[in-house]
Amino acid sequence: MNETIGLILLIVGISFDVVGCIGLVRLPDIYNRLQAATKCVTLGTCMILLSVVFYTGLNSIGVKALLCIWFVLITAPTGAHAIARAAHRSGIRLWEGSVMDKYADDKEGTEDTA
Amino acid sequence: MKRFVHFLLLLGIWMLLTWSLHWQDLLVGAFIAFIADLMFGDIYPVNAVRILNPVRFFWFVVYGVTFLAYVIKANFDVAYRVLNINMPIRPGIVKVRTGLKTDMARTFLANSITLTPGTLSIDFIGDHLYIHWINITSDDAVKETEIIVQRFEQMLERVFE
Repeated sequence: MNETIGLILLIVGISFDVVGCIGLVRLPDIYNRLQAATKCVTLGTCMILLSVVFYTGLNSIGVKALLCIWFVLITAPTGAHAIARAAHRSGIRLWEGSVMDKYADDKEGTEDTA
Repeated sequence: MKRFVHFLLLLGIWMLLTWSLHWQDLLVGAFIAFIADLMFGDIYPVNAVRILNPVRFFWFVVYGVTFLAYVIKANFDVAYRVLNINMPIRPGIVKVRTGLKTDMARTFLANSITLTPGTLSIDFIGDHLYIHWINITSDDAVKETEIIVQRFEQMLERVFE
């Protein structure tokens, strides 16, 4: 029973990862690509780790997988935010089909203090 | 006191990772937890321990379930946009205001926004949050995004503020 649940989670997780990778290739600029990469890869990877928990049970491997889920959930969006902010600050333009860029309008005059 | 709580937390994580109660493992864990606490204790959020309060914890669980639902919805949203031949996207960066004050609450808000459908938080300047939105549907984009922000804002306010 647990193996069946683990297998289903594994298949769904890998499908989400594949969708994220296709998005990485198809979408036009870095910001849109980050959207696909963070969302799909976060959930996909978490599901793969969860399937590990179902396969092995709550022993040393399972607990490590659970901790990794927590770390991925915290670090993936933070990393995406850092990449997007750095890209924008180093002057990478949005895709030409973009509608608005309030950040570029407001950014003038504010120096990086972090 | 505060440092001691951090130390116990770090040691707990270490024990889960090594999954052994041998005295050598515990000694190394205590040493590393102490060093890590010395180095990073200052930047650790001040009131993170407040989450042990039952009311706050209850709202944290509510927030967690809502968040999970949005993460799953976000994935189907991205899958739809990526696999569609015409790629229905109208991206742009919008600016919204948030009422949250503490660093911890803001961190959680920004991370939640990144993982919810179509949005990616880019920067904080003052009280304003800049969000890359993959599909701006109307000119009133700011108002619509504010709904997304406020959804989490209320829960996070109960948890952290």
